Amino acid sequence: MHNLTVAQISQGLANGEFSSVEITQHFLDRTNRLEPDINAYITRLNDAALVDAQKADEQIAAGQTTALTGVPFAHKDIFCTQGVKTTCGSRMLENFISPYDATVVSNLKSAGAVCLGKTNMDEFAMGSSTETSYFGKTMNPWDLKTVPGGSSGGSAAAVAARLAPIATATDTGGSIRQPASLCGITGLKPTYGRVSRWGMIAFASSMDQAGPMGKTAEDCALLLQAMASYDNKDSTSINHEVPDYSASLNDSLENLRIGVPKEFFEQGLDPKVAEQVQNALSEYEKLGATLVDIELPNSRLAVPTYYVLAPAEASANLSRFDGVRFGHRCDDPVDLLDMYCRSRAEGFGEEVKRRIMIGTYVLSAGYYDAYFRKAQQVRRLIKNDFDRAFDHVDIIAGPTCPSTAFKFGAKTDNPVEMYLEDIYTISVNLAGLPGMSLPCGHVNRLPVGIQLIGKHFDETRILNAAHRFQMATDWHTHAPQGVEV
Amino acid sequence: MSWETVIGLEIHVQLKTKSKIFSGSAVDFGQEPNTNASAIDLAMPGTLPVVNAEAMRMATRFGLAIDAPINQKSVFERKNYFYPDLPKGYQTTQLAEPIVGPGIVTIQLEDSSSKDVRIHHAHLEEDAGKSLHEDFHGMSGIDLNRAGTPLIEIVSEPDMRSPEEAIAFLRQIHAIITYLGISDGEMSQGSMRCDANVSVRPKGQETLGTRTELKNINSFRFVERAINVEVERQIDLIEDGGRVVQETRLYDSDKNETRSMRSKEVANDYRYFPCPDLLPVVLSDEFVQTERENLPELPIAKQARFVEQHGLSAYDASVLTQDRLTADYFETAAKACGDSKLAANWVSVELAALLNKNDLGIADCPISADNLAQLIQRIMDGTISGKIAKSIFEAMWAGEGSPDKIIDAKGLKQVSDSGAIEAMVEEVLTNNQQQVDNYRMAAPDKQPKMLGFFVGQVMKISQGQANPGEVNRILKEKL
Repeated sequence: MHNLTVAQISQGLANGEFSSVEITQHFLDRTNRLEPDINAYITRLNDAALVDAQKADEQIAAGQTTALTGVPFAHKDIFCTQGVKTTCGSRMLENFISPYDATVVSNLKSAGAVCLGKTNMDEFAMGSSTETSYFGKTMNPWDLKTVPGGSSGGSAAAVAARLAPIATATDTGGSIRQPASLCGITGLKPTYGRVSRWGMIAFASSMDQAGPMGKTAEDCALLLQAMASYDNKDSTSINHEVPDYSASLNDSLENLRIGVPKEFFEQGLDPKVAEQVQNALSEYEKLGATLVDIELPNSRLAVPTYYVLAPAEASANLSRFDGVRFGHRCDDPVDLLDMYCRSRAEGFGEEVKRRIMIGTYVLSAGYYDAYFRKAQQVRRLIKNDFDRAFDHVDIIAGPTCPSTAFKFGAKTDNPVEMYLEDIYTISVNLAGLPGMSLPCGHVNRLPVGIQLIGKHFDETRILNAAHRFQMATDWHTHAPQGVEV
Repeated sequence: MSWETVIGLEIHVQLKTKSKIFSGSAVDFGQEPNTNASAIDLAMPGTLPVVNAEAMRMATRFGLAIDAPINQKSVFERKNYFYPDLPKGYQTTQLAEPIVGPGIVTIQLEDSSSKDVRIHHAHLEEDAGKSLHEDFHGMSGIDLNRAGTPLIEIVSEPDMRSPEEAIAFLRQIHAIITYLGISDGEMSQGSMRCDANVSVRPKGQETLGTRTELKNINSFRFVERAINVEVERQIDLIEDGGRVVQETRLYDSDKNETRSMRSKEVANDYRYFPCPDLLPVVLSDEFVQTERENLPELPIAKQARFVEQHGLSAYDASVLTQDRLTADYFETAAKACGDSKLAANWVSVELAALLNKNDLGIADCPISADNLAQLIQRIMDGTISGKIAKSIFEAMWAGEGSPDKIIDAKGLKQVSDSGAIEAMVEEVLTNNQQQVDNYRMAAPDKQPKMLGFFVGQVMKISQGQANPGEVNRILKEKL
């Protein structure tokens, strides 16, 4: 039952093969059994999930359904949920209960989906391994000694371990695609402005974007359909019609022009990963697509640019965590300054502090022009590279990550090495484009992902390309050993 | 040495929008603490700002009123600093690309001369909340009702040379914003606040002296006092061989002194950067054009019209136009009575004095413009004398009704009937034979002065109601 796709679950619910309560209970039981090994969740909603499932069953009986009615799923713990803790992986929000629902949360509620719980993540979405979470690390179901990637490592591990059929996630520099790649699942970061950021705790506002994770492109299409909406509560939300993401999944790839950036295959990429990605590209040729060599000359600047801009925005976004109104407050402050300093010193972890300091530095008088302004200019160059490339190609493809899942602790002592995990994903955020990762092979029994990048608001095309690939291959059906049954 | 004072003002004006600049909470003061504070105003995690279009419109109107270019693309930035009543840890404001560019405000001085004060720019921003230090047993309370109230900050160039000019400028800004209906402009309630940048330099020197910024000036009266006391401090300092330090100083109205704020608060690096949650606001040509066409008659135009149409002095016109309601009151009265100068005089002297004494605004004035006009007409048509008019005016203030009603009820009608006056004159002449003889023997150039005695006596008998002109005429005839 836990290997079913969303479409199959919907079908089963409609046909009365099982009820939402039954399938929800199945996932809850499975999570009870496997969670000690995986630690995918920060908060589990056992009773509440069953109440929602009961409601969904009534809706199904009444014939009032959407594609997600009664379908269990998990939320990344970055989305504010009224009445349920929202921690963002931080001690700062260990006991924080939001007074309102994020738009993504209310969208999924009205779609009738059943929330199983809230998944683990790097603290404030800052990290590529989920090791910075205050609530312990999440294990990669493929090898419990390796990281699931991050920051949406909890959601990725939950889907990979079949603890939830689908999950919401967010991506500021690769936080959906990189863990999807490392956990052998499918994940999509939509165009900036496609999914509302209202209620999604901000890391870097100009790049944060929520998206779906699932076993297949088809599942991602269904979840994105429910998540996406224009929202007048988010000024950066774009009023662009939400298409039917499932409608063109099966379109032919004949004449599809796939750009392959040479910069994504240069040094730093594990040759075995490169081989798997090349195989996948050959598969696309078999499906009728044409490969076109392209250049993204400024992509080498993406990581340094991102690590100026994202921390700068974060340094201001995280100022509200001051111990005054909500969140962690230190014991017995002697005065205001003491309250600020100790509340933040105790509430934030090391990586968050590092980024606040970087961000504060690059915005400081005397450094602004050299760092922040320069980085904004480079961001424009990176975007221009993509615009030029898309004059000649329909989508761009390459590796999602330079390597497969790495061992815990392998990169924690060297932040720059950790930052290079996102070397192929970050430029997509800087340009605001949609990008996704889907499994395309294994290296040493660990999954490898291929990244597909689309034009603005062209999620349909990359979902179509991903779906056709999954129709022709079976990498997406592989489940980690030990969680197959 | 003789010194010149140089003053520039930064004026914060709270806009009278229904809701806050970035949230839907009501802008409504005097409520229980934190009742007008939503999740956005509390900066709850995940909340986002949305710009209030009405605040943009009001700022646009202000810009048009001072003939400034409207930046059709303006950018909100984050000004970062920690303070308990600043929930986000940054203030959303404008810096590099403010909505209103450079403009001009013409001020009118008491000697009827005028002066142009340049506006550097005006920008939109959000107000902070309030920290409450009483009633919390050594702790502080935070009230976020005010947090997020839209403000425009108007920054002048250092063009003013005396506290009087600063006040005239402040009054002119007050007049503009109240004419536009974009703010209450109440300094006592904080809906208009003023910081003054003050420096001194030897007369004739080109370069500016080091300035200090004075904060906490919360009335028109304190503007003058604060500037004077700071100028005195700076001059004394320099004359004693010291040096003015650029700093922010608080004005203490109780002690009438300025004192330095702690340097820690001044030495902030605000790390401004464009707010990624808000896209640049772009205003269309049509929007700006429509607002331009819908501007009301502004103080400076009204002032010119009052000079032209009502024959007032520039200064009288500027006093009457400082407040739209006062200007309207004057115009109604002037039209109804037919004599603008008399109307101007009554409104700006007698009425202003009573309003001031009773601490009332023109909106709460118990005397209607039509009744004032009627009173003036009764002076013009000789029914009452100017002196009687003042007592009637007081009765009107006390709510005793229209001038005609009061004149009737109190029998205050002026006696112009020559027969009655003749009788009174006869009586006075008969009773003061000695003075009559003296008068008749006096040199002609001494006589007018002596006539006053007889006029006074007749007025006394008539209890002030005899028409003085008629009394004079008949007296001269009989003598």
